[in-house]
Amino acid sequence: MIDYERVISRRAREIKPSGIRRFFDIAGTMEGVISLGVGEPDFRTPYRVRKAGIRSLELANTRYTANRGLESLRREIASYNKRRYKIDYDPASEVLVTVGGSEAIDIVLRAIINPGDEVIIPTPSYVCYEPMTSLAGGAAVSVNTRLEDGFKLTAEQLRAAISERTKALILPYPSNPTGAILDLADIEAIRDVLSGTDIIVIADEIYAELTFGREHISVASIPDMRERTVVVSGFSKAFSMTGWRLGYALGPEPLIREITKIHQYAIMCAPTTSQHAAIEALRSCDGDVLEMVREYDMRRRLMVKGFNDLGLECLEPRGAFYAFPSIKSTGLTSEEFCERLLYSKKVALVPGVAFGESGEGYVRASYCYSLMHIKEALRRIREFLSEL
Amino acid sequence: MNKDLLKLLESSARMSCEDMACALGTSRDEVERELGELERSGVIRGYKAIIDGDAIDGEAVSAIIELKVTPKAGLGFEDVAERIASYPYVESVSLMSGVCDLLVTVRGKSFKEVCTFVAEELAVIDGVTSTATQFIMKKYKEYGVPLFGDADDGRGRISL
Repeated sequence: MIDYERVISRRAREIKPSGIRRFFDIAGTMEGVISLGVGEPDFRTPYRVRKAGIRSLELANTRYTANRGLESLRREIASYNKRRYKIDYDPASEVLVTVGGSEAIDIVLRAIINPGDEVIIPTPSYVCYEPMTSLAGGAAVSVNTRLEDGFKLTAEQLRAAISERTKALILPYPSNPTGAILDLADIEAIRDVLSGTDIIVIADEIYAELTFGREHISVASIPDMRERTVVVSGFSKAFSMTGWRLGYALGPEPLIREITKIHQYAIMCAPTTSQHAAIEALRSCDGDVLEMVREYDMRRRLMVKGFNDLGLECLEPRGAFYAFPSIKSTGLTSEEFCERLLYSKKVALVPGVAFGESGEGYVRASYCYSLMHIKEALRRIREFLSEL
Repeated sequence: MNKDLLKLLESSARMSCEDMACALGTSRDEVERELGELERSGVIRGYKAIIDGDAIDGEAVSAIIELKVTPKAGLGFEDVAERIASYPYVESVSLMSGVCDLLVTVRGKSFKEVCTFVAEELAVIDGVTSTATQFIMKKYKEYGVPLFGDADDGRGRISL
């Protein structure tokens, strides 16, 4: 009989399963739950985009595309990013279409990490950076960002985290789960720290379109940052296209060339139908995105005020679609809070600790839900708090 | 703000003024003032729930009736249209381009009730020259809201 324990690689085994798996399992199976727990938009993919996907199937455009992605899509990606974020990439050599932003993060890390190289990861943040770093043979160096800094990585924290082995810095802003975004001065301060080093920045800007109050500033748009930055983005969040699995990486040619090699062997090419649909998204959906942002903004205001009125201090999220209120006043851990809330009021939130130790004391509430849904969830949370 | 407020009301008219103010980033007083203005000026004509009639009363029927009407001098179709609109059975009256002049939707307790209404009330109105009644067999969408499927949108409960 096969001893699977011995079959599984050390690296795979060492990936920590999420500590709150149990909570997820309960939340997933309980009846009558009202959830604020998902990280995906409730909007449908814009009709024109779905139509473009269907049309491509009717025309039997179902073969592999170029490894890098359809040339027409790469051109659209380049012009879209130039138009919206003032970053300029050559579609022929500096754009790679990937299977979601996730694949891009994975293969960028694999393309640059040597055994023992360190990757600095501000937390609380999306959960894939650390395991992807480990799988690539690197060592994740978490930096705990703080509420008082608006959950932004500060220059001092970055300076303190850099060692001789630092290979890369992940900049996951707009942030899942905190909603923090970087201002011009924040990026300039980071640039100054990195100046003169060979540290590569992986800017996960998947939520770029979803900012409130001001346009997103791409890390690569700041002078001197382009040469060290790979921008990771995609279609899931802005165009409500999660299931299409399509993202991209933008970066200097020598980096994209090597990253593409890995993509070529691991993936071949991103899904063809999705690529055809994505062209339509970039060409004609500014209005749809604006409409969605406006709707998120209303929900955001309602949710943030709701939590603050409940006495759960909540920083104003300026991007993405999450609120990250503090539950420290309850004296519960984030997992206890979420589990008890789930059992007693059937509301599903995500414990902050899922996003790193520095997320302890917070919970993540997504506002990818209708206003009435959010209202009802807040009402139940109020009841829950009054019974504590 | 006017446009945003109307949009918000169209999607969820049950929200309190305070919540709408919060969502729109304005004050409750401002929302109440705007609402008052919109109501007074006739932009907002009322607040209704979107009800799937079939779900509560399986016997009730709706019909679409195409009317041909001889317009009256100086009044056009107004006189007849307003007269038809005054019947409680009538849910909507629209002046149309194309083959018919007025399109009327009616809802009654039974097939017979609607037939009687058309034959004895609508068809005999002075100026109405013909009626073509089509009964609605099933509604799939009303006021932009689908009347089929459940509320589950296929997303899970939790994803990171």
